[in-house]
Amino acid sequence: MTTDMSQRPPFDVEAVRGDFPILNRPLESGRHRKGKPPAFLDSGASAQKPQCVIDREREVEEQFFANAYRGVYYFGARVDEELEATRSGIAKFIGAESTDEIIFTSGTTMSLNLVARAWGGKFLEPGDEVLITEMEHHANIVPWQMACAERGATLRWLPLTEDRRLDMSRLDEFLTPKTKMLAVTSMSNVLGTINAISELARRAHDVGSLICVDAAQSVPHRMTDASGQHNEVEPVDFLAFSGHKLYGPTGVGVLYGRRDLLCEMNPFLGGGHMISQVYRDHSTWADPPAKFEAGTLPIVQAIALGAAVEYVSGLGLDRIHAHESQLLGYAHEQLATISGLTIYGPDLEHKGAICSFTIDGAAAEDLANLLDIRGVFVRHGHHCAMPLHEVLGVQASVRASFGVYNSCSDIDRLVDGLQFALERLIVAEK
Amino acid sequence: MTIEDLIEEFDDLGDWADQCEVLIDMGRDLSNMSDNLKTEDTKVHGCQSNVWMVAEVKSEPLRIELTADSDAMLVRGLLSVVLMVYSNRSPQEILETDVRDIFSRLGLDRHLSPARKNGLSGMVTRVRAIAAEAVGLQS
Ligand SMILES: Cc1ncc(COP(=O)(O)O)c(C=O)c1O
Repeated sequence: MTTDMSQRPPFDVEAVRGDFPILNRPLESGRHRKGKPPAFLDSGASAQKPQCVIDREREVEEQFFANAYRGVYYFGARVDEELEATRSGIAKFIGAESTDEIIFTSGTTMSLNLVARAWGGKFLEPGDEVLITEMEHHANIVPWQMACAERGATLRWLPLTEDRRLDMSRLDEFLTPKTKMLAVTSMSNVLGTINAISELARRAHDVGSLICVDAAQSVPHRMTDASGQHNEVEPVDFLAFSGHKLYGPTGVGVLYGRRDLLCEMNPFLGGGHMISQVYRDHSTWADPPAKFEAGTLPIVQAIALGAAVEYVSGLGLDRIHAHESQLLGYAHEQLATISGLTIYGPDLEHKGAICSFTIDGAAAEDLANLLDIRGVFVRHGHHCAMPLHEVLGVQASVRASFGVYNSCSDIDRLVDGLQFALERLIVAEK
Repeated sequence: MTIEDLIEEFDDLGDWADQCEVLIDMGRDLSNMSDNLKTEDTKVHGCQSNVWMVAEVKSEPLRIELTADSDAMLVRGLLSVVLMVYSNRSPQEILETDVRDIFSRLGLDRHLSPARKNGLSGMVTRVRAIAAEAVGLQS
C-alpha cells in the first residue's frame, strides 16, 4: 500500500489548480472589481470539482444513462458496472474489507441518520448511553439526540481540553460499559482537530461499545483505514463521508458499515430495491448494501464520485497531506501578523487544513462580506457546530479551509483582504 | 441625508465595494441600543448575525420610533437605511412605504443574500404590524 514518493513528481499546485475550471475563470459578478479568479477557501463546506469529475457526469448523461440495478439492456448493464466499479474503488480508498460494506447515501448527514435510526432504533435500550463530543457537527449530534429520545437512552458529551482536543484523560469517565455507541468526528470542521480514531476505537471496543466515525472532513485530507487492514489500526464500525467535500458531486455520500452489523440492524428507508420479498402483510430485506439503498440512487453523481476518488488517489493522499500541512503552517504564520486575531484549535501537529478565527472588534459576518469584495471566499457563522461555539465562547467565527488547489498566494490574498476589511471596520472607528 | 440622497449617492458610486464602505460608515454612525434592550423579545430571527429592534409608538403627532442594532457593521448600515425609511414616520406612511422597493432602487437587492433579505423582511413585517395596530387604535 505504501507509495514510493521518489517515483512521483513533486506536488505541483499550479497544475492541480489547472484541473479546476471554476478556479481559473475571472470573477464576473458586478461586485468584484478586478477580474481575478477567486481565492476559494471554503473547501471544508464543499470542494470544487476537477474537469475529470465534470466530464464523467457528462459522459454518463450523454452516453449510457439508465436506472441502476433494473435493466438488462446495454445502458442499464453499463450503469450497474460503473456503479460497482465505483463501489469497489471507494472500498479500496477507505480500507473496507468488502464492497458490500459500502452504501451509497445522499451524504454524511443521511449516513449518520441511517446509523442512528437503523442501528440505534434496534439496539439502543433505556439506560444505554451514546457518547459524542463537544466538537461534533450538528449532523453527528441531532440524529443521536433523536435516537436517544426515542429509545430512552442518554446522550453524553466528551469535553475538550484547553487547546481544543478531545480530553482523553477524562475518557474513562464518559466511556463506560453503559456506552453502546461512541459517535465522533475524525476531524473537526471548525477547529481542524484530528482525533486519534484508532485509540478511540480500541477504547470503545474495550468497553463493548461500537464506534461511528464522522469522516466528512478527514477523508479528503488523510488516509482512511476503516477495517484497519492497511495500517494495523483498530477497525471502526461505521464511517460516513460526503462526495462533495472530496471533489465529487453533491447529492451522494457513503456509509461504510461492518458487514455483520449491516446484516443485523433494521433497514432505514423502505421502498424499491431494498427488499427480498414483499408480501401483503410484511416484507423481507435484501442483503446489504441493497438493504439500505431504497429507491433510485444518485446514479450519475455516484459514478462521478468514482472519478473523484481516482483523482484524489492519483494525486496521492500522502502528497496532498504534505502540501496542505505546508499551507496550514504558512496560514498560521501569516494570520498571526494580524493583531487581535485568535485562531481556534490545537497546534499544527494536531490539526488538518482548517483555520477558524475571530478578530477583536470585527464581526465575522463583516469580515466575510468584505473578503468577498476582494474575491476571497470564506465561511462565517457557527459552521453547524453551535455547542462547540458555546464552548469557545463566541457566537460566530470566520473559517478558511484549504484543498488541493490552494496555494500560498490564496493565503496572501486572505491576509490582504483581512487588512482591507480591518481598515474599514476598525481603524476608522476613532 | 434623505433616502433620495442615498439612492443618488449609490447610483453615482455604482461599485459594491464603495457602497459597502458607505454602509459601514452609516453603520458606525447608528446609535447603539442599550444592552438591556437586547433581549430574546427584541431579537429579529432569521438573521445570521444578531439583530435587535425596538419599536415605540409615540403620540402628538402619532408616529413610530425605531431603534435597532446588530453585531455586524454592514448590517447596522442596512438597519440605518431601514430606520431612515421607517423611523419617526406616521403609521400611515409606514404602511404606504415598501422598503423592498427602496432596496432595489439602491441596488442592494443584488448584493444581499436571501438569508439577509429574510431577516430584513421579518423586521419590516414587524414594523408594519405595529403600524397597522396603531392605525387601528387611532380609529
Ligand atoms: C464534520 C462534518 N460532518 C457532517 C457534515 C455534513 O455533511 P453533508 O452536509 O454533506 O451531509 C459536514 C459538512 O459540513 C461536516 O463538516
